[in-house]
Amino acid sequence: MGDVTTPSPVETQEPEALEAVELEDPWVTIVWNDPVNLMSYVAYVFRTYFGYTEDKATELMLAVHHDGKAVVSSGSREEMERHVQAMHEYGLWATLQRSGQ
Amino acid sequence: MKPFKRRRRGGVFAVFEPGEAHLLVSLSSQVVELLKDRSGIDAADADPLALQIGLGGPSLPPEDPVLRRLLPDAYRDDADDSAEFRRFTEQSLSSSKVRNAESLIESLVASGLGMDGVDEAEPVEVELSPDDVQAWLRSLTDIRLSLAVRLGIETDQDITLLAHSEDEAVVAMSEIYDWLGYVQESLVDALG
Repeated sequence: MGDVTTPSPVETQEPEALEAVELEDPWVTIVWNDPVNLMSYVAYVFRTYFGYTEDKATELMLAVHHDGKAVVSSGSREEMERHVQAMHEYGLWATLQRSGQ
Repeated sequence: MKPFKRRRRGGVFAVFEPGEAHLLVSLSSQVVELLKDRSGIDAADADPLALQIGLGGPSLPPEDPVLRRLLPDAYRDDADDSAEFRRFTEQSLSSSKVRNAESLIESLVASGLGMDGVDEAEPVEVELSPDDVQAWLRSLTDIRLSLAVRLGIETDQDITLLAHSEDEAVVAMSEIYDWLGYVQESLVDALG
């Protein structure tokens, strides 16, 4: 960057495109498996808090149970922080992180 | 105990034996005490301005393993981000858990449970409003999480092992843990 005497139209596009991708890079809320929370309760929380259908809520609950964790939501960091706080109020074990980490 | 059922016109209710109701009160009070010990002062006394500028809340996770499970880190592999998040949110999480536990106790007292330790023979019929239901679900979870930490339950296999323990205190506590699971399951079922 910075060398205005040798403009290069092809290259100036690239940094902008990269930056756009980074800004959209979403964060995710992950719920981790624990041996305490009842399967019915976890599905209930996914259904009522996130507004997921019964099928989707059950699918996510089973993913937590069998795979040890599941991404239950993605979006901005602030939004994921709110979700994690809400999950902790329900007593579910949740964390947030950058998507793809 | 007669498990939670839904009334035809909405609302859910259950019937507890006096001993069971007292047990719920006692376990809820223990959760309240533990959380209040951590925060040091009653949540109502916290200075809102201090909270706003980030002076109010602790940033390090609790040392007590039960509290660490009730007030967990929000970031798995980032201690700095976890500390920052905790500083701004732990007190609000903790007070909401205290409110839920107190609300569970109030439901039982409002349903006729005597708090003076006098022996009662009458079962306690509890009817829960939608708000009460949310407090009960969360509070029963917090109690079960607390007992699970004390019992050392970390995997599904641990629960099976407890059933074969020769320690009477462990067996008694794990029976209470199972019973709380039954109460909560019946409440979730009744919600449909």
